[in-house]
Amino acid sequence: MALETTTIQRSLNDHFESAVSDFQQIHDILTFEVDSEQIAKVMTFLRDDATLRFNFLTDLCGMHFPDADPSRQFSVVYHMHNWVDNVRIRIKCFLPAENPTIDTVSNIFLSANWQERETYDFYGIIFKGHPQLKRILNMDEMTSFPMRKEFPLEDGGRTDKDDRFFGRTTDNR
Amino acid sequence: MSDLLLPPELRYADIIEKRKNEDGSELSILNLGPTHPATHGIFQNILLMDGERIVEGEGTVGYIHRAFEKIAENRPFYQITPLTDRMNYCSSPINNMGWWMTLEKALNIEVPKRAQYLRVIVMELARIADHIICNSVLGVDTGALTGFLYVFQYREKIYEIYEEICGARLTTNMGRIGGFERDWSPLAFEKLNILLEEFPPIWQEFENLLARNRIFMDRTIDVGPISAEKAISYGFTGPNLRAAGVDYDIRVMQPYSSYEDFEFDIPVGKSGDTYDRFCVRNAEVWESLKIIKQALAKLPEGPYHADVPDYYLPPKDEVYHNMEALIYHFKIVMGEVPVPVTEVYHPVEGGNGELGFYLVTNGSRTPYRLHFRRPCFIYYQAFNEMVKGQMLSDAIATLSSLNVIAGELDA
Repeated sequence: MALETTTIQRSLNDHFESAVSDFQQIHDILTFEVDSEQIAKVMTFLRDDATLRFNFLTDLCGMHFPDADPSRQFSVVYHMHNWVDNVRIRIKCFLPAENPTIDTVSNIFLSANWQERETYDFYGIIFKGHPQLKRILNMDEMTSFPMRKEFPLEDGGRTDKDDRFFGRTTDNR
Repeated sequence: MSDLLLPPELRYADIIEKRKNEDGSELSILNLGPTHPATHGIFQNILLMDGERIVEGEGTVGYIHRAFEKIAENRPFYQITPLTDRMNYCSSPINNMGWWMTLEKALNIEVPKRAQYLRVIVMELARIADHIICNSVLGVDTGALTGFLYVFQYREKIYEIYEEICGARLTTNMGRIGGFERDWSPLAFEKLNILLEEFPPIWQEFENLLARNRIFMDRTIDVGPISAEKAISYGFTGPNLRAAGVDYDIRVMQPYSSYEDFEFDIPVGKSGDTYDRFCVRNAEVWESLKIIKQALAKLPEGPYHADVPDYYLPPKDEVYHNMEALIYHFKIVMGEVPVPVTEVYHPVEGGNGELGFYLVTNGSRTPYRLHFRRPCFIYYQAFNEMVKGQMLSDAIATLSSLNVIAGELDA
C-alpha cells in the first residue's frame, strides 16, 4: 500500500512532537519544518523506520532570507525520497543570521558530504561534525559567501541593466 | 584543526615521511589534472601513489564554476535555459526540457501531446549522444580508438537534427514554456529517419568490437566497483546506479512528458564495475532507439506548444500587425510574466542520473532561489573511494565510465 502523507505526518508528530511543524503539500511534495537541533535524529528516523523508509537523500541546499526575522534568516532544504513507495518529502530547517550552525547529516547519507560543503561554501552555514568542512567550488582564499543575497552579482554602477528604467525597484520586485 | 582541512599535498607529505621511516617504502604524489587529456574536463585529483597503485586521493573541483545559481537569481525565467545547456553539455536538450517542465509545473501548464512526444524524441536523442561519448571514450581510454571513430560521426548526425530543430548544435537553448519554438521541419524528421536506419548497425558493430573483447574486458571487469548500498548512500543515480543492480529510473518512477506511453526496459548490471557501466549504457542506447521509434509511430497531430499567451511568444507576423501581440511580445522578452509564489522540485532522467531543479519563486520576475541537483557533483565524491588500491590506469577507466562532465560538476 502506498505511503500516505497523513501517515508520515502522524508518525513524525508522534515521535518528535513540536520539533516538526508546518506540514503542507506544495505541488507533489509534502513539505515540513524541522527544528534545526533535531535534524540528524529526524533524518535517521525517516531512513530507518520500517514504514517510512526514506532511503535516499536526493538533494540538500541552502537558502537566504535577509528580510526575515533574525532567527530565521537561513534555511537548509533537504529533499528525501522513499524508493519503495515512491514518495518524496521536503524538509526545511531555519537558522539564525548570527553564526548559522546545524548538525551534519553526512554520517547518515554519504552523499551529503559534498553538498554540505557546497552549502557552506555559498552560504557560510556551519555543519557541526562534518569531517571536512572547507570550500569546494570557490577558491580557498575567498572570505565572503557569494550566494547570500547581499553579495552583488554585477557591478552596481552599470546603467544599461538598471531595472528602474523599466518601472521596477532595484531589487526586481 | 582536522587533518582533512589541510591541502592534500601537505597531508600526504606527512604520510610519505611516516611510511618511509616505518618500512622504507617510497610513496609519491601525483596530480591527475586539472588539464589532463584523460580526465575529459577540468578537475583535479591529487593522488598518493605507491608505485602504480593509488593509496588514497582527493578531488579538487570548481575549476570551471560559473555561478549559475547566482546568475539564475538575477535573470528572467526564459534566460535561464542557456545556463542549463552549459551544465551537461553532452546532453543539453535534456537539461533544457527539464527546466521548461519545472516551470510548467510551477505555472500549472498542460503541454499538448505532440509537444510531449517531440520532447521525448529529442531527450532520447540526447541520451544516445551522451552515451555515445561516454562509451566510445571509455574505449579510447583503454586503448581502442577505432570504435570511437565509428560512432562519433553519428553524434554529429544527432547534432544535425538538433540544428534542424532549434538552430544550435551543442548548447541548444531549445524549446519554450509550453512546447517548442516551432514545429519540427520535414527535414528534421527525414534526418531522424536516416539516423534510425543507419545508426543501429554501427552501434551493433561498436558493441561487437568492445563488449566481448578480451583486452577490453580485462581492463574493465572489477575495475572501480561500487556496491548497491554504497552507491545509494553516495547518491548515485542513472546508469551508474543501475550498473550496481538498482533499477531506479525517473522515467518509470515518476513519468514526465508522457514516458508512461512507451514500452521500454531498464537495463541493470550486477557488480557496479566499469564493465557493467559500459554494458548498461550500451543497452540503454537500444532502449532509447526503441522509445524514439514508438514516439515517431504514435506521434499525434496537433499543436506543438500550449496555448499560453502570457508565456509563449506570439507569431512574428502578428507582432508586426497586432497591438495585443506586440504587448505580449514585449512583456515576455522583458521577463514581465506573472509567476505565482510557489516552490517546485522537478526531476528528469538526465544522461548521468537524476537531474533535479528546485525552484523557489516569490512572485518577482526572477527565481528567488534555483538549485540544480547535478548528478555528477553528487556521485563524483565516491570516485576516490572507488579507485583506492587500484592501478592508475584503472582510475582513468573508472573516471571515464562514470561520465563525469566538468560543466555539470561545477555548475
